[in-house]
Amino acid sequence: MPKLRAPKIPDFVVPPPLRKPPKPGAEDRKGQAPTDLKSSPPPSRTHVDRLTDQAKDAPADVLAWVDQRTGASGFLTGMLYRKVPKGTNWFYTLGSATLFAFIVQATTGVFLAMFYTPSATQAYASISHINNDVPLGQLVHGMHKWGSSVMVILIFLHMGRTFFFGAYKYPRELNWVIGVVLLILTMTMAFTGYLLPFDQRSYWASIVGININGTGPIVGPYLSDFLRAGPELGATTLSRFYAIHMLLVPGAIIALIGAHMYLVVKLGTTAPPWVKAKKPKIATPVSQLDAGAEGNGAGPSTNGGSGA
Amino acid sequence: MNGAEEAPQQRVKPDPPGYFEGESMTRRRAFTIAAQGLGGIAGAAIILPAVGFAVAPIFHRGKERWEAVGPTSDFVEDTYRQVVFTETEGIGDAGKTIAYVRKSSADLEEEAGKYVAVSNRCAHLGCPVRFVEAAGNFICPCHGGVYDFQGKRIGGPPVRPLDQFQTRVRNGQVEVGPRYSVTNQMEPVRARDPGEFTGGIWEYLYPPRPSTFPPP
Repeated sequence: MPKLRAPKIPDFVVPPPLRKPPKPGAEDRKGQAPTDLKSSPPPSRTHVDRLTDQAKDAPADVLAWVDQRTGASGFLTGMLYRKVPKGTNWFYTLGSATLFAFIVQATTGVFLAMFYTPSATQAYASISHINNDVPLGQLVHGMHKWGSSVMVILIFLHMGRTFFFGAYKYPRELNWVIGVVLLILTMTMAFTGYLLPFDQRSYWASIVGININGTGPIVGPYLSDFLRAGPELGATTLSRFYAIHMLLVPGAIIALIGAHMYLVVKLGTTAPPWVKAKKPKIATPVSQLDAGAEGNGAGPSTNGGSGA
Repeated sequence: MNGAEEAPQQRVKPDPPGYFEGESMTRRRAFTIAAQGLGGIAGAAIILPAVGFAVAPIFHRGKERWEAVGPTSDFVEDTYRQVVFTETEGIGDAGKTIAYVRKSSADLEEEAGKYVAVSNRCAHLGCPVRFVEAAGNFICPCHGGVYDFQGKRIGGPPVRPLDQFQTRVRNGQVEVGPRYSVTNQMEPVRARDPGEFTGGIWEYLYPPRPSTFPPP
């Protein structure tokens, strides 16, 4: 392959410390000390010049101020510049994709809550209002509705990646356990969110879902009573689902995502299974070394050489 | 040798560091226990009422509710009449439910002069069943559960007959009351949720809930 000549980069896009110094004796003497300060003194600096300099340094100063008080740069450097194994590929982005889906759900959920009324008599009307009257309401509601399915799909793909790449093995078992809890919480979110529009589909789907919970022996009947807040689906059922959907479970999910990501950074990621580790260099045992004519009688011919 | 043997007896055992004379525990340990104890009490004072608040509805039984659904002359022995009435108050249409009501029939060996109110809640997962006049059966649209004229399961996934409501006659009006479930032998038991078996050992595996009313 012919070697391409590096294109010439114009000076004005290169920061001064990285610029190529001029050749000695060249006409352009910029950047070099004047030979005689007395005959040609440097131009005096005005207040505007000083303020400009200070303004240029301001962002760095602010960051330094924060860093001095938090020590965040060490942590951030360690986290953002951590090493990843060879073979890391697009499958490794499924976890981040799930996190992004959660952020979409959290953001759109907050804005939906501004218009939603968790009351059995008004919930349906408030959702109709969001869809039909509020500007962009249908879009935000749609993002939340379809985003929930996207999040469930992504979380399963992420789980599958972890399983098939063997990334759940030592020392990452705890992270797998946290991930399973996050999966259950996500399913809880999907289940409780289903009821909130309070239309026919929500109502009957929730009845079926609650009754499936009730079929567990011994605790089942009490569990379905707990979910409904009574023997029948009533006014408190909706408020209960709403509270679980937007207060209880999101808090738990955020906390567990924090723990999940801490462990990812702490333990590092795994290489994909098709990337084999290099064979470690081990010194050949003394007994297999070619002892030569003066050795113990086992010459290179009988020994099979290096044992290949 | 002699001196070495006597030495342990003469030496007074020193107090462990941090103990004052006569104390059984250090100040640090005492304060640790006290702080953890107080913290535990404070935490329990917050958590126990909150959990109790969330769990209490399991043990609460609402007021018994009776609603007139029509004069006795409306109902006959050989077919059902669909009535809509409120089962849960305060949530509008969502609190209403449907019962299929008829007069008790001597042909089915039922007590004379009574009224039978069959719930439209499928015993599989709670979908609404419909009484199909031509077939004389109740049919569920969700998963194909089929019940005979009395509400006994004759096909599909349901696990028991359809629930019923208690009935009575007041001032010439038929009134429907609390819900109850029945076993496969049509013996009344406390109301169970759909999907839960009734009768025999199932009465223990799916225990009756305190929020339901005793069967008639």
